[in-house]
Amino acid sequence: MALKITSGCVNCWACEPLCPSAAIEPASPHFRIDPAACSECAGEYADPQCASICPIEGAIVDASGAALNPPGSLTGIPPRLLEQTRARIQAR
Amino acid sequence: MESKQAGHDRKTPTSGCAAGGCGGGSALDRLPAATRERVRNHPCFSEDAHQHYARMHVAVAPACNIQCHYCNRKYDCANESRPGVVSELLEPQQAADKVAAVAAHIPQLSVVGIAGPGDPLANPERTFATFRLIAERTPDLRLCVSTNGLALPEAVDTLCRYNIEHVTITINCLDPDIGAEIYPWVFWNNRRVRGRKGAEILIEQQQLGLERLVERGMLVKVNSVLIPGVNDQHLTEVSRAVKAKGAFLHNLMPLIAEPEHGTFYGLMGQRAPRASELRALQTECAGDMAIMRHCKQCRADAVGMLGEDRSAEFTLERIATLEIDDAAALARRTAAREAIEQRRRGVAPALVPLSTLSASRPRPATHAARIAVASSDGRLVDQHFGHAERFLVYEVDEQGERLLDERPLARYCNGAEHCDEDDDALAPALAALADCAMVLCSRIGLAPWERLETAGIRPNGELAMLPIEQALRAAHRELAERGALSIDEPQRATLSA
Ligand code: SF4
Ligand code: SF4
Ligand code: SF4
Repeated sequence: MALKITSGCVNCWACEPLCPSAAIEPASPHFRIDPAACSECAGEYADPQCASICPIEGAIVDASGAALNPPGSLTGIPPRLLEQTRARIQAR
Repeated sequence: MESKQAGHDRKTPTSGCAAGGCGGGSALDRLPAATRERVRNHPCFSEDAHQHYARMHVAVAPACNIQCHYCNRKYDCANESRPGVVSELLEPQQAADKVAAVAAHIPQLSVVGIAGPGDPLANPERTFATFRLIAERTPDLRLCVSTNGLALPEAVDTLCRYNIEHVTITINCLDPDIGAEIYPWVFWNNRRVRGRKGAEILIEQQQLGLERLVERGMLVKVNSVLIPGVNDQHLTEVSRAVKAKGAFLHNLMPLIAEPEHGTFYGLMGQRAPRASELRALQTECAGDMAIMRHCKQCRADAVGMLGEDRSAEFTLERIATLEIDDAAALARRTAAREAIEQRRRGVAPALVPLSTLSASRPRPATHAARIAVASSDGRLVDQHFGHAERFLVYEVDEQGERLLDERPLARYCNGAEHCDEDDDALAPALAALADCAMVLCSRIGLAPWERLETAGIRPNGELAMLPIEQALRAAHRELAERGALSIDEPQRATLSA
């Protein structure tokens, strides 16, 4: 059981100091999670810490490849409401 | 990553009346004399000082603990710099070395700030280690830090311990419903907290942080980003509230939201305020609060005088090769300061807002123009029009100039094949400069000259090799003399509103 960082990562360092297992390390071209060390924060926190601060949708995925922060989840705008929101914002 | 706050107190250098209550006048008048004196030499605060003293930012703090809709975390914190800018991340030791190198070469350096590229207080270890190292090596430099405020209340003791001279908090709202339109989430107590609830936490922390800092005698400046249709009606209230709590200066900044910056607002088509809207709000707030007007929204690794950026001269490789005699450099800085002060003597210590504070004094109508510059280093007008790969676009009026945007031509290519064909080689440049009245370059060929003129963009090669600021002033004068400027005055904004 481990999370994984994808190429969406912008190397912002936010996740690294939060990891209770010290499983996250800067790497090239982007940060990586040591799969042997990552516990998905089980027993430590209710939510995986890296995925709770990561600002990039899709940058952290679980073992099945599913994004912990799927599209729309961080902007707060679900994709199906995008057009509506755009129209509302453009009317400002 | 909570920074460990030792609970013990440390006296701050200001005297007792910083928390207000001395009555009378503007926020600036209420400042203790010692504080006023410090602000007097700060290039970002004092309109007069910014012509004499230099500042630099070091980019040591990458992480952030909130999301702002006008920010793309690929780039630097948009609360402090223009969006779309990437600063080279430094380790604290590298930052202190860079500061020492700059201080040895630019003796007018008076202030070092940490403003990003993320939120400095979301990176407390790096931020405070940097301040400690700078204070050891270049103790005469004054330090400042800016923050979104989320982690501020808990950091106040440490900030006072490190003897930070002033703190900038970006406060865009007091109302969590408005906050929810600006901040989609904050990271709080090991959770991502979204929407109104997240905004509420952020607002509470900002206000608490402001109160605690003022209590301790720290200078606090507040930044607000003017977002039309979101907080434009609300910012006068923000201005009043932060003044009442003891902030000494309010800096109202325009939202910059271009689609190519990839921010939420940019992609969704949120419009930026017009220059007239910004000025109208600044004027409205100036009745209540000292307002800052010459902010240049510098990048997180800016170096030099305000409005210029010499960071390219101080790369890590170059710094590594420099031998610096810290004591000699300190002596040069002391001498430079004395010379500056001699020159300034007799000049009243005009703090930024005082000249513009009075709401009753009519402000002259200003004439704004967008002017593009071809420059290889961001300092001089030094590029051939045909060699420029990007243009710097400024908004210029009688009061000064503000860098709006860096426009790489690649952004305006509709596919590479298209741009390679001869007859269309100019198309990207014409598209990039479409909203500009003039473009400054060192030289330009006849064909592009004619195409630009036809498109209503005046090419100008006569200001070659001048510093950009100086060239822009001359260009603005030239446009004014030709009657090529539109009037952009607060009154008109009110009428058409
Ligand atoms: S899920 Fe938890 S343990 Fe795994 S990398 Fe993220 S923070 Fe570390
Ligand atoms: S928080 Fe996300 S974007 Fe930032 S370094 Fe970690 S994985 Fe990359
Ligand atoms: S505080 Fe700064 S870095 Fe963080 S999201 Fe806002 S603008 Fe970006």
